Amino acid sequence: MSVNFGSHRLVVGAHYGMRDWLSQRVTAVLMVLFTVLVIAQLIFSSGPIGYELWAGIFSPQWMKSLTFLVILSMLYHVWVGMRNIFQDYVKPYGVRFVMHVFAIAWLVACTGGAIEALWRL
Amino acid sequence: MSETAANTEKKRPQFYNIDGASLISYRWPIASIASGMHRVSGAILFFLMPFIIWMFDNSISSEISFNKFKAAFNEGMLGLPGFIWKLVALAIIWASLHHFIAGLRHLWMDTHHEQVTKEFGRQTAVTVLVLTLTLTVVLGAKLFGLY
Repeated sequence: MSVNFGSHRLVVGAHYGMRDWLSQRVTAVLMVLFTVLVIAQLIFSSGPIGYELWAGIFSPQWMKSLTFLVILSMLYHVWVGMRNIFQDYVKPYGVRFVMHVFAIAWLVACTGGAIEALWRL
Repeated sequence: MSETAANTEKKRPQFYNIDGASLISYRWPIASIASGMHRVSGAILFFLMPFIIWMFDNSISSEISFNKFKAAFNEGMLGLPGFIWKLVALAIIWASLHHFIAGLRHLWMDTHHEQVTKEFGRQTAVTVLVLTLTLTVVLGAKLFGLY
């Protein structure tokens, strides 16, 4: 880890850049694999695509757990992305702060809604 | 001598940081269009997230809610006709496809630095845009019942 004392200490930055960059990519890979898994089950199914088949994809316990993981991945992935956009285009700190708070509230509410929907199945 | 250097220094455009207003003054090569669209598609998905979750919820909860989900696109919902909701769905389809495919390009570039050149960036950006738009047209035509 970075040295935070003596002559070699890092004096600038919050040092979350690498962690967030990597998290965004790891969560992206998870979501890609999940998407392929869901689409494959739709393609290799027989008969019409209706409620039974669609809900059946998400009903096994392992799929619920995986979907839960993907929902949380999406939360973090989208947070990093939206923060990047706000940091790039919104210069006044006050406005940017309000937007960050909005994005966090929006994402936490959406995540709650998605998990609730998943748990009800 | 130093005066000439100072003069050329003045003429050279300097970009300290990007902001919304200077975006339009930039040159937009195809790779930056693909990149810009990656951001736009991500933002669209962010703002349409409640609707995406509504679709997920209603499509998996029960047979009744599944029919409600389908009806929104045929009979309409919240006073808006079905085709408006189909247009929203089309926006989600395009944004998802672009974000997914352009994202794969980014992941590839991140793990294959040795392949990344200006030309590689241009070619893969064209591939991303062509694939995305073709799939959007194909799925959009299906959505609107053209086949």
